[in-house]
Amino acid sequence: MFTRKCLGIGLVMSASVAYAADSPNLGTPVTPADIAAWDISILPDGRGLPAGSGTAAQGAPIYAQKCAACHGENGKGGTASALLPRGPVTSINGAERTIGNFWPVSTTLFDYIRRAMPWQQPKTLTNDEVYALTAYLLVLNKVIGESDVMNAETLPKVRMPNRDGFIVRFPGKM
Amino acid sequence: MTKGLEPIAIAANGLLDRRTFIKGGAAFAATLSGYTETQGATAQPLTDDSWSLIPGATTPPYEQRSRFEAKVTRTLTNPKGEARVQNARTPLHLSQGTVTPNGLHFVVAQSGAPDIDPAKHRLVIHGMVKRPLMFTLDALERYPKVSRMAFIECGGNSAPMFSPQPIQANLQTLHGMVSCSEWTGVLLSTLLAEAGVDPEAKWLIAEGADAPTLTRSVPLKKGLDDAMIALYQNGERLMPANGYPMRLFLPGWEGNMSIKWLRRIQVTDTPGMTFPESKTYTQLLPNGKAYQFYFVEEVKSFITQPSPGLTMNGPGTYEISGIAYSGEGCIKRVMVSADGGKTWAQAALQAPVQDKAFTRFRLPWRWDGSPAILQSRAYDDAGNVQPTRAEFVTERGELKAPLPPAAFPNQHFNGITSWAIDAKGEVKHVYA
Ligand code: HEC
Repeated sequence: MFTRKCLGIGLVMSASVAYAADSPNLGTPVTPADIAAWDISILPDGRGLPAGSGTAAQGAPIYAQKCAACHGENGKGGTASALLPRGPVTSINGAERTIGNFWPVSTTLFDYIRRAMPWQQPKTLTNDEVYALTAYLLVLNKVIGESDVMNAETLPKVRMPNRDGFIVRFPGKM
Repeated sequence: MTKGLEPIAIAANGLLDRRTFIKGGAAFAATLSGYTETQGATAQPLTDDSWSLIPGATTPPYEQRSRFEAKVTRTLTNPKGEARVQNARTPLHLSQGTVTPNGLHFVVAQSGAPDIDPAKHRLVIHGMVKRPLMFTLDALERYPKVSRMAFIECGGNSAPMFSPQPIQANLQTLHGMVSCSEWTGVLLSTLLAEAGVDPEAKWLIAEGADAPTLTRSVPLKKGLDDAMIALYQNGERLMPANGYPMRLFLPGWEGNMSIKWLRRIQVTDTPGMTFPESKTYTQLLPNGKAYQFYFVEEVKSFITQPSPGLTMNGPGTYEISGIAYSGEGCIKRVMVSADGGKTWAQAALQAPVQDKAFTRFRLPWRWDGSPAILQSRAYDDAGNVQPTRAEFVTERGELKAPLPPAAFPNQHFNGITSWAIDAKGEVKHVYA
């Protein structure tokens, strides 16, 4: 039902719903190749991750050049949020939420950096650069080892420390 | 006033029967005084003013409001457009009725409003569908449309209420990240039917065409229910900062999920765990866990007039007025108290009362000039009751030290707001 009745005032929308089911079919068929540049979502199991790889050592100079101006040296925070681990998140009076103490899933890092960062030139990093920055930030947050290589295979297997820290508020609506 | 129309007090501190205005008619209404930002003028002999003596202005193609209304504006958190989120809050205390003018609609723009050429904009629906499809704006214009009134509220609205002491700020600062409009567009279910959704699909990932290509995961259930691709806001095209030329619109749900500048919907079997749903729009609980996928903006109300900054103009009869809404349905009842919640009177609801839309409530009040504490409490037709602030923060947590009013220590506050009126008629924010 699109809208429900309030206090007996009919909104007469059900007619519109029936009408709306009848589509004029004006969508143009597209192929994966047509939409490749936009098809950038990474799913938590790693689906969508591209070829390429990177390590923290490769990520450090890219970070210094393209990220530190806002996020501070080594992720300590600046005009934009810290990317370092803080103490445990205990409540709204506890530590700031960051990658290491809060983010539930590792693939979010690749997905978000690739689509949104650096803030002023989003979607300009190569996939290797995004893997390298992801590795660099995961090392900073002590989630992976210093020399671990991040790629489509390894990144989805990284278990984030706060993976089980979440409660779905309205499971019935999913 | 005619005998027999003497209003009946139905709760302490001068709250009158909600039918008083209707029954009393013009005679009673004439005794009403307005709230003022400054004291009103006394009567003078009337003369013809200059505007009555010369022809008026030429009617422009697109009209701007009177220059005397210039102070009724949104408040901005990032007026220079620095590299961080931009928030604009709606002046609810200076508005009436239930519709938010487009230029005053609240905004949260992570990285500003993109300057989208509608002729070049595309919407793609792909993923777990039989036929991946692309739509132009012109194509969507030819689809059957629906219109509905609906509020949209930022998940972080009312965050100052987590402060341990009541923050002395006006309604716009405390609750200004909610607005209500008539939205017109194409039901998403129509487009999903055309694409042919895989029976195994459970989620949609919606993406904007803005610089951070903001993404949120939406349960397919909602997409097939009342989700809309909104093209119009109060009869005109969407405002740039509200998603021009098209946005997802999810009635009753956290504003951030109604992805603006919508360019892509990927049908999937899992949520994307995107950045906003992994951090920004999660809500910490006192046990250190956090709510994720909160979705619903729960039943809520607040008094808009009087409210801080709108001073009582001496003892007399006033209209207490406010807004109630629920992301779970229709407002069924609003109760108002003038004694900090000890006694309550039922307010009149302005028709039409609509599902997931602002409902205006009103109640006559005879203020005798003594201190009072005003509160409103809303009930929806799904059985939800607006909690007291104390109940809410006991469950969700309260800050140990106050933060600046524009900070977002936590979200989804829907507790009761209290305004204290002192003997001078000044209105303050209090916890009661
Ligand atoms: C011009 C400033 C700027 C630059 C440069 C920048 N960022 Fe950001 N970044 C931001 C802002 C602002 C946010 C907050 C966005 C939000 O909360 O929606 C952010 C958020 C993030 C986050 C999410 C952090 C969290 O937990 O909230 C990550 C990760 C990130 N940026 C990584 C990067 C990387 C990697 C680079 C370099 C390639 C980079 N950023 C460059 C401004 C910047």
